[in-house]
Amino acid sequence: MQTPGEFHARDHAWHPPALTPAYKTSITRSPSHPLLSLPQTLSEITGPTFGHSDLGPHDHDLILNYAHGGDPIGERIIVHGRVTDGNGHPVPNALVEIWQANAGGRYRHVMDTYLAAIDPNFGGCGRCLTGADGAYTFHTIKPGAYPWPNSATSWRPPHIHFSLFGTAFCQRLITQMYFEGDPLIALCPIVDTIPDPEGVARLVAPLDMPASKPFDSLAYRFDIVLRGRRSTVFENRLEGN
Amino acid sequence: MVRKPEYQRETPSQTAGPYVHIGLAPGAAGFEIFERELGQVIAGPLSEGERIRIEGRVLDGTGAPVKDVLIEVWQANAAGRYNHPEDTSEQEVESDFTGWSRVIPDFETGVFSFETVKPGPVPGPDGHRQAPHLSLWLVARGINLGLNTRMYFGDEDKANSADPVLGRIDSAARRQTLIAERKDTGSPPVYRFDIHLQGASETVFLDI
Repeated sequence: MQTPGEFHARDHAWHPPALTPAYKTSITRSPSHPLLSLPQTLSEITGPTFGHSDLGPHDHDLILNYAHGGDPIGERIIVHGRVTDGNGHPVPNALVEIWQANAGGRYRHVMDTYLAAIDPNFGGCGRCLTGADGAYTFHTIKPGAYPWPNSATSWRPPHIHFSLFGTAFCQRLITQMYFEGDPLIALCPIVDTIPDPEGVARLVAPLDMPASKPFDSLAYRFDIVLRGRRSTVFENRLEGN
Repeated sequence: MVRKPEYQRETPSQTAGPYVHIGLAPGAAGFEIFERELGQVIAGPLSEGERIRIEGRVLDGTGAPVKDVLIEVWQANAAGRYNHPEDTSEQEVESDFTGWSRVIPDFETGVFSFETVKPGPVPGPDGHRQAPHLSLWLVARGINLGLNTRMYFGDEDKANSADPVLGRIDSAARRQTLIAERKDTGSPPVYRFDIHLQGASETVFLDI
């Protein structure tokens, strides 16, 4: 039986390799054996799917979704874009989940002990489903930079973590979005795990002035590409081909 | 000049970092924000099949537990059917069977555990059945691109020996890294599955 709807192979030369010694934690957490390649089966081309009943009305608005009687401190921003596949088609109903530090560079997490203050009105996570055109929008606060223990001079550039589902478990992706014009990007060992400068450029969201909300919020645009399908036999399918 | 077909390259991966729980499992990060946290239950009470528990740890190259890992599990139900429109087999999917969950270890010990139903065999290449298995995806600080692997069941020798994925692994010792040992000492029965990111017992990871 041929497996329908197989996906293009992942280009591992384009993604960060497992072992990137300048990012020290990767040294003991990177497999040394080559990955085992296998033909895709239903186990790989299926995956969890989500619906609007899974989400709440303010899940995409990080300014509102953890407000306890006030607004979070910081620069109000819109982060938006489209999720498409490698064939250029929109990926509708994709679950997009984000998490980030607050404006001072502090995460709301039991394991984060950075001395910057917790913001009582900011949780730092959001989620939404893409529309029929693959579009998504979040409203949030611009995160701050923070130091991390890779070295005494390691600072993470302000960033937002993104988690993406397509329709298949093999499309699962986590990445980070950075902000145009930030000098810390070029100094970051985690950014530098990406081999190709073009790959880094794909993670730097440009300021999107036309999408900004007058007298309210600046906007940044972050488009995301997931793996696309190899076959062209499912022309009637809404997504994929 | 040859004009190459145009494909867009996938957005490059970046590590999930140590605070992945904030986004994907805020309850574990220490706060409540969403009415529904996703990925809590694989198989509700209406789902048929044998109830089992999976326990284990993810270990780094020094043998230390990876306490900040997040694992996603994807599996078929007991009849071997995925909860997905592209699985067109005739078996039914129970209304409370999602087939998916997020698993987080104890931040102190690094031990994870979750309950589910044992999946049935699912279709594989060329009409062969694949042995029952869970698909796993691991992300953590220090992991630059999410790692895919599978967990097979130690009491399925016959199916395992005919499985097309296990059959691609030449070394018997390496093959064994994907097979969880069953312990019937309690109820539900426990499958023990440690995942080694590196070292002599390194788990086989898959390029799916």
